Amino acid sequence: MNTSMTDKFVDVNHVGMTFFTKNGPSHVLDNVNIKIKQGEFVSLIGHSGCGKSTVLNLVAGLLNPTRGAVLLEEREITSPGPERAVVFQNHSLLPWLTVFNNVYLAVERVFSNKESKAQLIMRTHDALSLVGLTEASAKYPHEISGGMKQRVGIARALAMEPRVLLLDEPFGALDALTRAHLQDELMRITATSGNTVLMVTHDVDEAVLLSDRIVMMTNGPRASVGEILDVDLPRPRLRLQLVENPQYVHLRGEVLRFLYQRQKRDAA
Amino acid sequence: MAGHPRSHKKGASVISLKPVAPPPVLIEEPPAKPVVEHAQAPSSPGIARRMLAKLPPAQDSIARLAPPLLGLAGFILIWGLIAQHTTYLPGPAKTWTSAVELLAHPFYIKNTNDVGIGWNLLNSLQRVALGFGMAAMVGIPLGFMIGRFAFFNRAMAPIISLLRPVSPLAWLPIGLAVFEAADPSAIFVIFITCIWPMIINTALGVASVPQDYLNVARVLRLSEWKVFTKILLPACLPFMISGMKLALGTAWLVIVAAEMLTGGVGIGFWVWDEWNNLNMEHIVIAIFIVGIVGLLLELGMTLIANRFDYKR
Repeated sequence: MNTSMTDKFVDVNHVGMTFFTKNGPSHVLDNVNIKIKQGEFVSLIGHSGCGKSTVLNLVAGLLNPTRGAVLLEEREITSPGPERAVVFQNHSLLPWLTVFNNVYLAVERVFSNKESKAQLIMRTHDALSLVGLTEASAKYPHEISGGMKQRVGIARALAMEPRVLLLDEPFGALDALTRAHLQDELMRITATSGNTVLMVTHDVDEAVLLSDRIVMMTNGPRASVGEILDVDLPRPRLRLQLVENPQYVHLRGEVLRFLYQRQKRDAA
Repeated sequence: MAGHPRSHKKGASVISLKPVAPPPVLIEEPPAKPVVEHAQAPSSPGIARRMLAKLPPAQDSIARLAPPLLGLAGFILIWGLIAQHTTYLPGPAKTWTSAVELLAHPFYIKNTNDVGIGWNLLNSLQRVALGFGMAAMVGIPLGFMIGRFAFFNRAMAPIISLLRPVSPLAWLPIGLAVFEAADPSAIFVIFITCIWPMIINTALGVASVPQDYLNVARVLRLSEWKVFTKILLPACLPFMISGMKLALGTAWLVIVAAEMLTGGVGIGFWVWDEWNNLNMEHIVIAIFIVGIVGLLLELGMTLIANRFDYKR
C-alpha cells in the first residue's frame, strides 16, 4: 500500500452540498476538503448549523454530494454500507428489540454469510462486553439509561468491524459525568481496535481529548473547512493530567479562539 | 385522555400524510409516541388520585368503587322514575325479572326464526368477525402501499376522501344488489365500515416510521424483507392496532342497524323483532347486552394494544 493511499483513506474531495427546498436552494457546504489517514481519529467541530453533520452523512453515504466526491480507499461512496458504521446522536436503537438483538441484527447482516450462528452470538456478546453491557443484554432500550443506550449504539457499530466509524455527536445528549465516562471508554476501545474515526462534536474538550486532528468548520451557508489543528498530545491521554498540560491548554485555546473570535456568531 | 387524538387528527385525510413524511436529513427529535390507549388508570383528576394514594387499602378500595356504584345507582333510579311515568318503558325490576328468564336459556332453537339470544349474539359477532377480517386482509396491505409510495397515496386519496364520510349503511343496497342475499350484504357493510380506519391508520403508521430507524436499515443494507419485518411492521403495529380498535368499535355499532334492515338471526334483528312483539323488556336487555359485548371487545383490543406498546 503506497503512502498516498493511506493518507487518503477517507477523502472528502471538493465537496459541495445544496439542498433544494421549498424556499429555494440552500447551499450548505462549499468546497470542503478533508483527508483522513487510516487509524486516525478526526473530529469535526463548528457552530450548530454549519453542516458538520452533513459532512458525516456524506461519508456515511446517507446523502450524496451535489458537487465533488467522497472516497473511501479511492472508491466513491454513493450509498450507505456496513463498512461505514454510524453511531447516531439519538442512539436509534429499535425499541422492539432487546439490547442483544439490536446488536445481533447488525452482526447477522455483516457476518452471517461466512460464520455460524454460534459465532455470531459470540461476536454480539463480545461487542456488548466491550462496552460493559453484558448484564443488560436481555433488556429493552426503554429499560436502560441514556448512557447505556448510547453504548449499545457504539457496540452495534463496533460489532460490524467497520472500515470507518462515524460518530454523530455521540455524547451530546448525555450529562457531563456520563459523557466523560463514555469518552474515556471510547478512547480505550479505539486505542486497541485502531479504528479510523470521524466524529462530529460541538464540545471543545471532547474534540481535543479524543482527536488526532480537529477539523474546524466555518459558519454556513456555504460552510467550508476553516482550519485544521493537529493534536500532538501523547497517548494514552488521561483527563485529569491533561487539565494542567500547557499543550492541552494551548490547543483548547486555539479551538475556542477559532469558534468564538474568528467564527463569532450572534447568540443563537 | 380518551380516544385516539393522533389517529383522529392525522387520519382526517389521506392527503395529509405528506407533511408527516420524514425530512431528508437525520433528525434528532425523539421518535413519535405510539398511538396507544390509556392503560388501566381511569382518567381521574390528579388531585383525586393523590388523595386515593394516601388512603389505607380498605378505604382505598371503597373510595375507588363508590363513585361508579353511585353512578349506576343514580342511573337506575332515574330510569325507574321515568318508567313509572310512561306506559311502555319497563322499570328496572321488571326488566331484571325478564332478563333472568331470558338468560336462563340463551341457546334454545325453536325454529329457524326463533332461536335464543345467545345464538343471535354469536351470529352478529360472526358477521363482524368476517367483515373485520376481510377488511384487515385488504386494508392493511393497501395502507402499507399508500404509506410507502407517494404515487399510490395520490392515486387513492380522492377515492378514500370521497367514500370515507359515507355511512356504511348506504352501501347495504349495493351489497344486496351484488350478493342477492342478506347475510353477505351485512358482512359487506361491516367490511366497508372497517376498511377506512385500517387503511388510514396503517398508512399513517408507515409514514411516521422515524427516519432514524430507516437510516439504521440503510447503513446495515438490510434486505427489503428484513426492513419490513424488523422495522416497518413493528413500528406500524401500534398504529394498525389503533385502527383495528376504531374499526371494531364502529363495526359493533353498525351491525345492529344493518341487521335491523336485513333480518335473519342476529342481535339487531332480534331487537327489531321484539319491537314488533312490543316486548320492551327484551329491547332494554338487548341494549345492555350489546353494551357489555362492545365493552369486552374494546377491552380485548386494549389488551392487544398494550402488548405491542413499545416504550420509545
